[in-house]
Amino acid sequence: MIRTENLHKTFNDNPVLRGVDLEIEDGETFAIIGRSGSGKSVLMKHLIGLIKPSEGRVLIDGVDINTLPYRELRRVRQQFGVLFQGSALFDSMSAFENVAFPLKTFTEKSEKEIEEEVNRCLTMVELPEVGPLMPSELSGGMKKRVGLARAISLRPQYIFYDEPNTGLDPETSNTIDDLISDLAERLKVTSIIVTHDMHSVLSIADRAGFIHKGKLHWVGTVDEMHRSDNNILLDFVKANEYQIGRPKR
Amino acid sequence: MPVGPAGMLNPVRALGRYSLLMFQAFGSLHELSIYRKNLFDQMVKIGIESIPIVALTAAFSGAVTTVQTAYQLTSPLYPKSLIGSIVAPSMILELGAVVTAFILTGRVGARIAAELGTMRVTEQIDALEAMGLNSVGYLIIPRVLAGVIMFPVLYISAVLVGIGGGIIVADLGGWLEAAEFIDGAREFFNPFDPVFGCIKSLVFGFVITSISCFKGYYTRGGAEGVGRSTTESAVTSCVFILLADLLLAVTLL
Repeated sequence: MIRTENLHKTFNDNPVLRGVDLEIEDGETFAIIGRSGSGKSVLMKHLIGLIKPSEGRVLIDGVDINTLPYRELRRVRQQFGVLFQGSALFDSMSAFENVAFPLKTFTEKSEKEIEEEVNRCLTMVELPEVGPLMPSELSGGMKKRVGLARAISLRPQYIFYDEPNTGLDPETSNTIDDLISDLAERLKVTSIIVTHDMHSVLSIADRAGFIHKGKLHWVGTVDEMHRSDNNILLDFVKANEYQIGRPKR
Repeated sequence: MPVGPAGMLNPVRALGRYSLLMFQAFGSLHELSIYRKNLFDQMVKIGIESIPIVALTAAFSGAVTTVQTAYQLTSPLYPKSLIGSIVAPSMILELGAVVTAFILTGRVGARIAAELGTMRVTEQIDALEAMGLNSVGYLIIPRVLAGVIMFPVLYISAVLVGIGGGIIVADLGGWLEAAEFIDGAREFFNPFDPVFGCIKSLVFGFVITSISCFKGYYTRGGAEGVGRSTTESAVTSCVFILLADLLLAVTLL
């Protein structure tokens, strides 16, 4: 389980997070939603331990990750798979090498076992044939899927998605959404998705948290979202629906 | 850019961050087995792939120094072999190390800063950290070690090629024969000179790679930030090469 308590973060006197209390249950798909610049990605980087809070705690399975020595923190991070906004594939490595990298670095697997594992991951993201290609030869959607294959290669307990649909066409975006749902189901992982795309949220999330100006304004199931009396949330949802048409469900 | 006391603190703050980064990098030396492959890759990129440009520059440096020395020593009172006595120590003590360092600031330092800077702005460094890897150790240790190991090798190549270039030009230009050049070079040869040159190249190797890693690792912003880091790494490296050159000459000679 992931929990944050009274999380504050200030960059150069500019408060970005202002007391975020959040609880994400094991096995659920939780979406962190909000406008651009609301603090969503900063919150996600706190959950992974990439940014230290100015105040407050981040607890992963009851352990405050910010009190851990660096070596222990790195061990905790090995339970995480992260899909970054721009995929963050290592551009000096092929798609195969990107997915193989965590396996070669953190496991004692033989070359043959690694090859099998990489092929399994690439097949799960429906790209079994792209192994030899370099990131520069892949489309945006393919990069996201290879990034996802890399994120799941160590069979993580938690998968974080930072704006997984940004910059993708609607069809590819739907494919990524389906993939996120499918992986959550098949791997029994906890998924945390940072997005401002309500279409995705309504399609794949069990619960969502709405963050606005560094504060968590609302948390609930996606079905409860339209019944909320939080005007800022409703404005955000309506603006998204106006842009994308009616949601899937 | 802040001015006044805050602006004056910037170099001190940068020095502090640089020291901490190096401390953190060398603190991860015990994980060298993870970085071994990366170390060999960097040794090839920094060392082996730099040999052609270093050799070319050294050959011309040796040749030009020979021609200019011959041009100045016109008096018949000076033996011709004196040209070898001047060119060889110049290459061994100064040109072999410093010219190589300046060339590598552009070729190696700029590449390191741009590479790490791009990795920073495209979240590749965050990706390394998020998967549980020590990004400082993984990215910085192989580059700095490769620089420290390969720069002396490049220095030795530069000295040999530079003196060789001098001998060929002196012989072909009719200023003095190869045997005279070598006699002159041997006459004033001090065994400590190449040791001093190796120490210098080792220090320069550390200066260039560590400063470039520092500038690249802490890149901020997008493409403009990468460009800024690359320029700053080249300028800062050049300044510190000159400072280190003077400091080593004053303390060791």
